[in-house]
Amino acid sequence: MTLQNIVTQLGEGMLKTILLFVSTLVISLPLGLLVSFGRMSTKSLFTKKFKPIRLLTQLYISIMRGTPLMLQIMVVYFGPYYLFGMKISTSYQIYAAIIAFAINYAAYFAEIYRGGIESMPKGQYEAAKILGFTKAQTFFRIILPQVMKRILPSITNEVITLVKDTSLAFVIAYAEMFTMAKRIAAKETSMIPFVAAGIFYYFFNLIVAIVMNRIEKKMSYYK
Amino acid sequence: MKMLEAKNLKKSFGDNEVLKNISFEVNKGDVLAIIGPSGSGKSTLLRCITQLETVDSGEIVICGDTLVKNDAFGNAAYAGKKEKAAISRHLGLVFQNFNLFPHFSVMRNITEAQRKVLGRSKDASEEVARKLLKKMGLESKENAYPCELSGGQQQRVSIARALALSPEILLFDEPTSALDPELTGEILKVIRELAKEKMTMIVVTHEMLFAESVADRVIFMDNGYIIENGTPEEVFKKSSNERTKAFLAKY
Repeated sequence: MTLQNIVTQLGEGMLKTILLFVSTLVISLPLGLLVSFGRMSTKSLFTKKFKPIRLLTQLYISIMRGTPLMLQIMVVYFGPYYLFGMKISTSYQIYAAIIAFAINYAAYFAEIYRGGIESMPKGQYEAAKILGFTKAQTFFRIILPQVMKRILPSITNEVITLVKDTSLAFVIAYAEMFTMAKRIAAKETSMIPFVAAGIFYYFFNLIVAIVMNRIEKKMSYYK
Repeated sequence: MKMLEAKNLKKSFGDNEVLKNISFEVNKGDVLAIIGPSGSGKSTLLRCITQLETVDSGEIVICGDTLVKNDAFGNAAYAGKKEKAAISRHLGLVFQNFNLFPHFSVMRNITEAQRKVLGRSKDASEEVARKLLKKMGLESKENAYPCELSGGQQQRVSIARALALSPEILLFDEPTSALDPELTGEILKVIRELAKEKMTMIVVTHEMLFAESVADRVIFMDNGYIIENGTPEEVFKKSSNERTKAFLAKY
């Protein structure tokens, strides 16, 4: 296999890694906000203490954070076959990977959002209420922008972890960067694909860090 | 003309009875100062009027609209959601710690509610804001952010923010307690000017000299009761109540 061949194959893997990364963020960032609403829900049923939405989201977060992501990817991919006898094809790989990553990361993001939202001073809500803003206006115009600024460093952490976690998709043979590197390395008995993969992840994260730093600076116009 | 009527207001937090049978009225154009020691229920009273808290029983009528009255069992029965929102439009509130929106410029702090709540155009709301900023002596600050302003300037912006919605009654919850004496003067000057323009105001304050010189009526609260309700002269000079005298002696 020529070097050019290796690079092309790794390049394809790279694109798939980026696809998985972007799709996960696009789904899990809003989904995490929704989950955090459920986690903070005070809606009760039958009795004051029984809050089904909160309990369900708590259970969901607990499972997502308490079990290995690798296992979750396998469950999402092989589950339909073992549970319902459905036939799974390789075209399901990408969807399984995105679903598993999105629901896993949404759980982590939900807790970050919750921390941010709960850290907001009560006075902001009260001022908004007195001025006549609706609850939705208050949340999206006044609370959320300030929450985003507060939680940005924690979000950056998660995003960087996500870049590296995408390599876990190898367990379902989704042909992302790391899967490709492993395949080529085994075939060519060479370390070079791994080195190339390492360099790729490093620079990917370097870009993520620079972009997030820019956003943080952009938001630092107020305290 | 009565702008606000409160009758037999009662409010408890758990076992702690904070308001015990509070009744008073505010007439149009009057400045009512509410004084009293910390924990006497002054702020809670203001928060009940502005719907940040609910009363357990009693009646509140604001500009002729009934916010809450007792039902047949003597419990507070509030008006519907829409009525409550409409009643809230009669009032403006200035907080002790300003509560400006830190991510908005001074201009946007004042225009946002005009645009999103009243539905005013951008130009019209900015015109209102500029007029108010000029009145507050902050013409040059419209593009500044709250964190770039002194406490006194921030409080003046928050007064402008409240006035921009043209409330019929403006309430102040210890507006100078977070400020040093020099900045306190700035704010008191603004309130004094509003009083001259016959703005109806309720001011919870620890500034006795200010209450005496600006207020038309003074209420002295202690331990959840109104101990005195009269003109500044009646409360500050002629009171025969031991509790009032003991409190005022500290100032």
